Amino acid sequence: MTNELKKPELSRRALLKSAAAGGVTLAASATGAKALEKETKENPITTKQDWNQVLGDGVDANPYGSPSEYEKNVIRRSVPWLTASPESSINFTPLHELDGIITPNGLCFERHHAGIAEVDPAEHRLMINGLVDKPLVFTMEDIMRFPRTNKIYFLECAANSGMEWRGAQLNGCQFTHGMIHCVNYTGVLLKDILAEAGLKTNAKWLMPEGADASGMNRSVPIEKALKDCMVAFKMNGEALRPEQGYPLRLVIPGWEGNMWVKWLRRIEVGDMPWHAREETSKYTDLMENGKARRFTWEMDCKSIITNPSPQAPITHGKGHTVLTGLAWSGRGTVDRVDITLDGGKNWQKARIDGPSLDKALHRFYFEFEWDGRPLLLQSRAIDSTGYVQPTKDELREVRGTNSIYHNNGIQTWHVNAKGEAENVEVS
Amino acid sequence: MLKFPKIISIAFGLTLCATPALAEKLNLGREATKAEIKAWDIDVRPDGQGLPEGKGTVEKGEQIFAEQCAACHGDFGEGVDRWPVLAGGLGTIKSEDPVKTVGSYWPYASTVFDYIYRAMPFGNAQSLKPDEVYAVTAYILYLNEIVAEDFELSKNNFASIKMPNEKNFFADPRPDTPTMKKKKPCMKNCKKEVKITKRARVINVTPEEDKEAASKE
Repeated sequence: MTNELKKPELSRRALLKSAAAGGVTLAASATGAKALEKETKENPITTKQDWNQVLGDGVDANPYGSPSEYEKNVIRRSVPWLTASPESSINFTPLHELDGIITPNGLCFERHHAGIAEVDPAEHRLMINGLVDKPLVFTMEDIMRFPRTNKIYFLECAANSGMEWRGAQLNGCQFTHGMIHCVNYTGVLLKDILAEAGLKTNAKWLMPEGADASGMNRSVPIEKALKDCMVAFKMNGEALRPEQGYPLRLVIPGWEGNMWVKWLRRIEVGDMPWHAREETSKYTDLMENGKARRFTWEMDCKSIITNPSPQAPITHGKGHTVLTGLAWSGRGTVDRVDITLDGGKNWQKARIDGPSLDKALHRFYFEFEWDGRPLLLQSRAIDSTGYVQPTKDELREVRGTNSIYHNNGIQTWHVNAKGEAENVEVS
Repeated sequence: MLKFPKIISIAFGLTLCATPALAEKLNLGREATKAEIKAWDIDVRPDGQGLPEGKGTVEKGEQIFAEQCAACHGDFGEGVDRWPVLAGGLGTIKSEDPVKTVGSYWPYASTVFDYIYRAMPFGNAQSLKPDEVYAVTAYILYLNEIVAEDFELSKNNFASIKMPNEKNFFADPRPDTPTMKKKKPCMKNCKKEVKITKRARVINVTPEEDKEAASKE
């Protein structure tokens, strides 16, 4: 009910600020909101609001719609100290502000290696060359004449949660887990495009390449390409956003985001991998003994509680509380999500709600009566292959703390008596 | 009654034709010309496939590096600010602070050539000629003590360059933690005591929303 009371100046940010300053916290008691509603002169029911009386904007005021001004805090954010320049950097999806399994296009996290290429689709071409019967060039119009398919997939950067290998570092699921999004792709199957060029019998690897100034290139084994890869031109029904590779990107379901080459302009077919910079210097997982794993493509099963979380504290005080979050697996669907309120002493099953799709985000809920005592919240996902999301310490035991990538360990939020949450680790 | 199966099979046949499983080619696209392939196909593999004709010395590479690369990577590949360190780092890979450079980490010299040729200099990609890329690659290899000061790198001798860390890469062994088959996760009374061992607030590196908003206003 506190939402109804929200004035622009009384945003969650303002609440957080006052809480942080040790001022009056509206969030502190369950009766706070109700008391305020009685005391204020601007009771939302007995007070007429502007929008109750005067005309709003007409139909053409906003030909391409945007969210309410009251949602202006729902934005991607970056961590400036992470990278050398904003053109080769990353920002994060505000997971704590979203629900369901689909990420709105404007909030999908961005990772570029040479800025956002602004590609004219009329000038864009996709070339297939190398070990094919006939090297081909396609226009965007050609590509749209292949049979189309629609699929909902998550895309997670392999470095998601990478800053947490040595311990709790960033305070907010946007920063710890926000290198992920999940959208409905419309495109064509890569195998159909390859069939048009005709693969030679020694075709074993593909090298997709981007049209941006980084010329992003990776090696993809042919089995995966023929199994379920797509070349996509739409996300959530509309054209790909420029920052997501407009007009054309590769979709490699369940595998690390770096391979999903944006602004896709060429696919070379070969008989061995290329060992490009992004699969040698980067995106290899360094172990404690100095050896490094390579071609670690699959994204392991993982989950995160998005609410409550450091950026989304409990503001209603004790009583009925909705806990929610996301789970996913690069190997299939999520079978089960367990929740603990006490740091892992006891676990209960959460309720997965909405579609359970292969290699897509799953939404889970756990409703409980909060008695106002501090909580240590964790979620643990189990996927359709029987993979169990490990603890961070279990991962460290096998891999050490230098691997940067593929940190899918269980996240802990400490919620204090005021409802504020902090990123912590527990014994 | 006997007609029924026939009708069904015909209908089924038609459905098959309409599904995306392509038996026949669609005749979409056109053949790429040799000139087009040459313009885009610039990738280089560890075995040397894809290398253009050309050569370049360490000495020449040093000049180009100073002009085109040193602003970010430093004169000796030591890295400026947070830009990548290209040289040194030997012996650090097993340490708590591994410095992954071309010499200490990269498994193949071809990766250096391929990356410079397609993506460097940052913001002016694909502006270097093959001879210049050979020279800059030679200089970076020299900074990492992989070639001598008087070395000239060329298409012909490229495949002979071996990188010291090549042997330390291995295939993905995951899953590397217990699955349901090995160990069903505990649900009740799993621990006696739980203590907080690490806290993000102590480190305090999270961007603050108020600061962020203030800087935009």
